[in-house]
Amino acid sequence: MWWRFRKHRVAMVSTVVVFLFYLVVICADFLAYSTPLASEAQRSLLPPQPIHWFDGGRLRPHVYGLAGRRDPVTFKRVYTPDPEKKILVRFFARGFEYHLFGLIPTNRHFIGVEGAPAEETLFVLGTDEQGRDVWSRLMYGTQTSLTIGLVGVALSLILGVLLGGISGLYGGVMDTIIQRVIEILRSIPTIPLWMGLAAALPNEWTTMQIYFAITLIISLVGWTELARVVRGRFLSLREEDFVMAAELAGCGQMRIIFTHLVPSFLSHIIAATTLAIPAMIISETSLSFLGLGLRPPAISWGVLLQQAQNVQALAISPWLLIPSIPVIIVILAFNFMGDGLRDAADPYGH
Amino acid sequence: MVDPVTDSRAAPILSVRDLKTHFFQDEGTVRAVDGASFDVPRRKTLGIVGESGCGKSVTARSILRIVERPGRIVGGSILLRRDAGNGRAGEVDLAGLDPAGYEMRQIRGGDIGLIFQEPMTSFSPVHTVGNQIIETIQLHQNVSVEAARLKATEMLHLVGIPKPERRLDEYAFQLSGGLRQRAMIAMALSCGPRILIADEPTTALDVTTQAQILDLLRHLQDREGMTIILITHNLGVVAEMCDEVVVMYLGRVVEQGPVDAIFHAPKHPYTQALLRSIPSIHATVRTELPTIAGSIPHPYNRPSGCPFHPRCPDFMPGTCDRSEPSLRPVEDGPGVSCFLYHPA
Amino acid sequence: MGGLGVGSSVRLLDVKGLRKFFPIRKGFLKREVGQVRAVDDVSFHVEKGETLSLVGESGCGKTTTARCILRAITPTSGQTLFRGQDGSVVDVASLPKSQLRPLRRQMQMIFQDPFSSLNPRRTLFDIVAEPLVANEVGTRQERVDRVAELLRLVGLRPEYMRRYPHAFSGGQRQRIGIARALALNPSLIVADEPVSALDVSVQAQILNLMLRLQAQLDLTYLFVAHDLSVVKHVSDRVAVMYVGKIVEMAETQRLFTAPRHPYTEALLSAVPKPDPRLRAHRIVLEGEVADAANPPSGCYFHPRCRYAVDACRQETPRLEEIEPGHFVSCHRARELTLRGVGQ
Repeated sequence: MWWRFRKHRVAMVSTVVVFLFYLVVICADFLAYSTPLASEAQRSLLPPQPIHWFDGGRLRPHVYGLAGRRDPVTFKRVYTPDPEKKILVRFFARGFEYHLFGLIPTNRHFIGVEGAPAEETLFVLGTDEQGRDVWSRLMYGTQTSLTIGLVGVALSLILGVLLGGISGLYGGVMDTIIQRVIEILRSIPTIPLWMGLAAALPNEWTTMQIYFAITLIISLVGWTELARVVRGRFLSLREEDFVMAAELAGCGQMRIIFTHLVPSFLSHIIAATTLAIPAMIISETSLSFLGLGLRPPAISWGVLLQQAQNVQALAISPWLLIPSIPVIIVILAFNFMGDGLRDAADPYGH
Repeated sequence: MVDPVTDSRAAPILSVRDLKTHFFQDEGTVRAVDGASFDVPRRKTLGIVGESGCGKSVTARSILRIVERPGRIVGGSILLRRDAGNGRAGEVDLAGLDPAGYEMRQIRGGDIGLIFQEPMTSFSPVHTVGNQIIETIQLHQNVSVEAARLKATEMLHLVGIPKPERRLDEYAFQLSGGLRQRAMIAMALSCGPRILIADEPTTALDVTTQAQILDLLRHLQDREGMTIILITHNLGVVAEMCDEVVVMYLGRVVEQGPVDAIFHAPKHPYTQALLRSIPSIHATVRTELPTIAGSIPHPYNRPSGCPFHPRCPDFMPGTCDRSEPSLRPVEDGPGVSCFLYHPA
Repeated sequence: MGGLGVGSSVRLLDVKGLRKFFPIRKGFLKREVGQVRAVDDVSFHVEKGETLSLVGESGCGKTTTARCILRAITPTSGQTLFRGQDGSVVDVASLPKSQLRPLRRQMQMIFQDPFSSLNPRRTLFDIVAEPLVANEVGTRQERVDRVAELLRLVGLRPEYMRRYPHAFSGGQRQRIGIARALALNPSLIVADEPVSALDVSVQAQILNLMLRLQAQLDLTYLFVAHDLSVVKHVSDRVAVMYVGKIVEMAETQRLFTAPRHPYTEALLSAVPKPDPRLRAHRIVLEGEVADAANPPSGCYFHPRCRYAVDACRQETPRLEEIEPGHFVSCHRARELTLRGVGQ
């Protein structure tokens, strides 16, 4: 299977992309250079700051210092770069304190500036309305959005494999009941269902609680697809002669399931799971975008994009839309990877 | 090049010369048909026999230019000699035509009809049998729907389907295997093709149904004067149906000749061994069968020289594994591709 | 009763009144609206060391019969008395599922499709040793030795043990399937169309192998096939089935040369003979095989039978022994002279 997957060029590239994104998830603190909640009205809606790489013919990355004032006519804050004031960009610079991988206390960051706190001088992707650095917030948003996808899929996987397995293996009344439940769940339009469930979340819950509640809500809808895949595989495999051969050889029910059936469709499950993750991510993003999912102070792609909701914000500060780029890339990458896996998983495909 | 099979009678309706159809896959090139040559005599039944992987089906698909990607005709010619009857007399090389072009589309169905092994998949499940036959007729003939429908009813009647008017409005899945194959034949014949290619037409059917279909094909041939190319692995079917036989092995024609000569005086060691090894209903009860040693090689590792040499009882080291024999006539008998009859 | 070697023979399998009806369900609540009588009152016996073939066209119930005997499916009614290696006779049809395991060691199956019958994700060793593992026979080394022995027995090299089935041709895969069936030294082998998916030149190899193994290991075969030529090569006795019932059963030679049921006659006549000089007048049966869910009245074959009389339309004939060892289910069996095939 691996051999066939490797031949799928797009899927391979996508796998690398997905891997890089999860690297961001692990190292979000390291890649961010300012704390995501550091706000400052004086720096609101700063446009992305260009990095100048050369200074007098030598490689000395730096940014210009900024002076901000309010336009008396439009009441818009305008920032003018001061070419005289060069602020050097340093790699592996010191910044705010955090625990790397949640364990090692450190204050090293991927980038920083010399001689001043990075929060006040470096804005690679600009700032939002409250003057928070979009780059740093994007790093933390990635962490939330991508883990929600994984946790959600893990939950749906457990539900799906369990219920789909029962349905396919035992058939009869159980099968009918589970299939009808799936049909009912799938016939409910997802957005109103989420809205209803999300609206039921108590306001006083902490960010963490809401995070898990949202994951649960998403996976409650997501398991149906996986359950169908599992049931379908069980049903078609049960008809294969080698399963009957195993039965005639005297194998017990458990041995047939775990040495004959499960290995035969494991790869299908992996593929189906991979294809389910992007749906989870989209669900979270759209829920949060609508203000029904995670709410500030939590940060996710949806929460970030929520700020780009009105036309006015878009016209003045188009860089707030930047978080949609990773959404698109990740979704595409997961889909290509899933397709590649699915093709590779089917030994009779061609 | 001299024709491998000289035919003193009327010019054959179809001549395949040195046809090569290869499949270019990631793992390597499969030479499914690799230099096949044979003639199809007019108004006769030609049988193409061989085991799996011998290229008999790909040959049929090549003639109709419906080889699926990554397969492609890489060499040779397929000469179709049309009658003067339909105003398009003359020779045309099918291998040189655009598979999706107007002319090829007219030939498919118009000059050459095709019936498949599995009639279920050959009919669309969402259109009635009648509609599909009517569509085929209208594609080739400039007639009204009513006229086409009349013709379709006539065709279903011709192939022995009871109550054709009613069957016309049924779907393929409502018909039994035998009736479906009859409907398939009706569709293939609806535009009066001169050649009918039948690719394993009875393999999916039971013996008694098979007998019905074979009977029908023979009856239709007598009536319409068609030429039939019958592709099958069943030597019994060949013996009952064919006038001429082409035996293929790994993409090459190893022997061609009249049916009597093939069955009673086979020349090629493969033909001889194949005939000996088939279970016969006339055999003595509980006897071992003579077998052909080994198995058909995987298409990726074709043997060098004569493709049959690793399994051949008459293998001549230094000759058969070095050079490839070509199909040549032997004592004005059938054409054979073997060094036993014409030294390298 | 009849058959070869009367008296001295031992009945390994005795099937009495076997029936398997499949319900036809319809609608949301899956109500039962009818029954398909796949196997309808089938009785026969198999003697130790012989080969009995069940032949018939698709849907005649031959495969269902075979699977009922192995209890891969549970029959609706009837008895299948099996004589175990210890001499005791048990009714496999009525045995509770939990007690099937020791019996399964003595009856094994060879499948039709050499591709679907081998798990593509397991090695040859895993596949052939599976019955040993499932029944906890031997240590790992003993199993390796046994698998090597079995592979040699079926004509495969023991070195192939670590390979996966996809590396093998159809004929080789069928040999693997046979090795697996032999692993536990069974006395009865049910072979369900074992050569119909194979190429002609490979068919002969497998048939010869089966004949040789039978002599070598004293096996008893129940051979299910639709190809009468194949059947003639392997069977001692043949039972012809039509729409869930046995219509004729006799010694192979007698059945082929002197059939007594019109359906057997038509079946023999329909087989294409590989000899162009024998293009004789074939009996071409009219119409289609009857529907097992809605069979005709009287004899199921009467709508297609050239010899049918009024009695055939009304009364269902019974399987009767008209000559020693020759059973026919036809009202006119004693008066008709039917055509068989010569040597």
